[in-house]
Amino acid sequence: MLINLFHTVRSAGVPCTLRELLDLLGALEKNLAFADMEDFYFLSRTTLVKDEKNYDKFDKAFEIYFKGIETLEDIFEALIPEDWLRKAFEKELDPEELKKIQSLGGLEKLLEEFKKRLEEQKERHEGGNKWIGTNGTSPFGNNGQNPEGVRVGGEGGQKKAVKVWEQRQFQNLDDSVEIGTRNIKVALRRLRKFARQSTEYELDMDGTIKSTARNAGILDINMIPERTNHVKVLLFFDVGGSMDPYIKLCEELFSALKTEFKHLKYFYFHNCVYESVWEDNRRRTQERFLVQDIINKYSADYKVIFVGDATMAPYEITNAGGSIEHWNEEPGGATLKRLCQHFDKVAWLNPVPDDHWDYTSSLCIIRELMDNRMFPLTLKGLEEGMAELSK
Amino acid sequence: MKFTGTKNYVSTEDLSMAVNATIALERPLIIKGEPGTGKTLLAVEVAQSLGMDLIEWHVKSTTKASQGLYEYDAVTRLRDSQLGDERVKDIKNYIKKGKLWEAFESDKQVVLLIDEIDKADIEFPNDLLQELDRMEFYCYETGETIKAKKRPLIIITSNNEKELPDAFLRRCFFHYIQFPDRPTMEGIVKVHYPKIKKALVKDALDIFFDVRKIPGMKKKPSTSELIDWLKLLMSDELPDEILKNADTSKAIPPLYGALLKNEQDVQLLERLAFMSRREQTK
Repeated sequence: MLINLFHTVRSAGVPCTLRELLDLLGALEKNLAFADMEDFYFLSRTTLVKDEKNYDKFDKAFEIYFKGIETLEDIFEALIPEDWLRKAFEKELDPEELKKIQSLGGLEKLLEEFKKRLEEQKERHEGGNKWIGTNGTSPFGNNGQNPEGVRVGGEGGQKKAVKVWEQRQFQNLDDSVEIGTRNIKVALRRLRKFARQSTEYELDMDGTIKSTARNAGILDINMIPERTNHVKVLLFFDVGGSMDPYIKLCEELFSALKTEFKHLKYFYFHNCVYESVWEDNRRRTQERFLVQDIINKYSADYKVIFVGDATMAPYEITNAGGSIEHWNEEPGGATLKRLCQHFDKVAWLNPVPDDHWDYTSSLCIIRELMDNRMFPLTLKGLEEGMAELSK
Repeated sequence: MKFTGTKNYVSTEDLSMAVNATIALERPLIIKGEPGTGKTLLAVEVAQSLGMDLIEWHVKSTTKASQGLYEYDAVTRLRDSQLGDERVKDIKNYIKKGKLWEAFESDKQVVLLIDEIDKADIEFPNDLLQELDRMEFYCYETGETIKAKKRPLIIITSNNEKELPDAFLRRCFFHYIQFPDRPTMEGIVKVHYPKIKKALVKDALDIFFDVRKIPGMKKKPSTSELIDWLKLLMSDELPDEILKNADTSKAIPPLYGALLKNEQDVQLLERLAFMSRREQTK
């Protein structure tokens, strides 16, 4: 039951498992949604989808699945015995309308015509007077004014005209990839540093026993600060242009980083770091952050990770005005150097396979600027990079 | 037992469905959404409308999962042992029950709110997997298993500061409270201020949605801010015209302090108002 829906949703990229399907079936058994498409949509969404960024994928899958059923040529025979349908139909219509239906040659003719037009018609339709669609005067479709019309899909006019899932209102939430591979997270775990710095204290059992013994049995309680994850990370991401082939890899890295570190700030740059970077790629022209401000704001113990392919024309690094987007007063290389000098621990992760590195001169320049602290964006390279950062 | 919102809380259809699924299948429900869209309030209202007690567990960055179960107060016990207190013989005297224990122990079904779960350490949800799944846990100190008498209705809120682990999400239902559209918003205002003048609401909502549309806001005003702002507007009994002319005669909406919580946002708005005024005078 509902296995096809489940597979459609899964193949749309929503990470749901058998457990959630069973939950949904359990909920249906309890009659939470009965013979109401919208209720069923809400119910299945709440059970199958666990993150709002997947809402849009789910909406699409839901639409495909139920479109599939709607466009089934013989939907009437497939789902409902025809005479039931006709009964229901006739109940809906008053005698006057019934008479009008005769104008098209009776209900049978109407259904037949419906199938025929459905075959002829291949795309969604709105308005007009022949095709099946919305708001028209054709006998078939939704919200129309033809008294002998057959409503196809959608809600009636008194409720919402467009199906909720067709609105796809969660489209812009779907901007990040599902949580990346566990492997990346495990590799990042190396960077976890537990420091006893917090103000919360916990009982130091060993210390208490020791000092109590030394105190000839009179209780002497020792407290120590709790261990908390204290790694702070600044992330600089190269976006656009030559980075496009690596988007998926970078997205995975990014979402893994985001879950792993409590103190994570990220900025974007293009090709090389110039005097300013940005935080929101959509508003990169309006909201800029000066690199100097970043240096002033974040202390030297922040770990800095650059992610980029370092592939560009050499002058983009070495020359003032070398940027392909704007006039930069200071060469990108100098800005990069300044960042490296301020922060103690710096690493550059490069998605380009490391056996190609020597063939790109800009890559060699950056590697030199980074004092060789460039690592390929593979699991092994990541491990090495994290080892370097946690030295 | 069905939840459809209360007279103080406007629930959309999809939210009601999520809550009802939670009630029927007794699974925890995760609620996400912008700050101020009524995530925490939901638990309060659900408890009230179903006539259940509400147990609130507010999570902080230092909260640990075990604190929700119980805490063993070793320090007091050590001290009591020095003083020769009789209580020291029974370890149960030093077990402090947590919110989960409280909820499990209750004879009636209760609503348990785990508020802002994303504030805690990343391991926090993982530490609660079994407890939320089977609704039981084991107390090492006393050697007993605490099992829920009646599975509590668990509502968990998150502000999305951290992603929750998959294994945890699998065990829960999920709902994302979308920012209410205009009709819903009008409904919400009506619930809170039934006597408010229609014109005032209309103008206020216009300004409110305009302000939300401005790009680059640090903190967009949300439902709770709108309600506060309306309260101020009403208590001040401003003449209607002030709202209408807000863009031209005054730099920014009156009593903006309730809407904007960040001085950079106020400056941004002032700049925009200034620019629009300049354009009009040209």
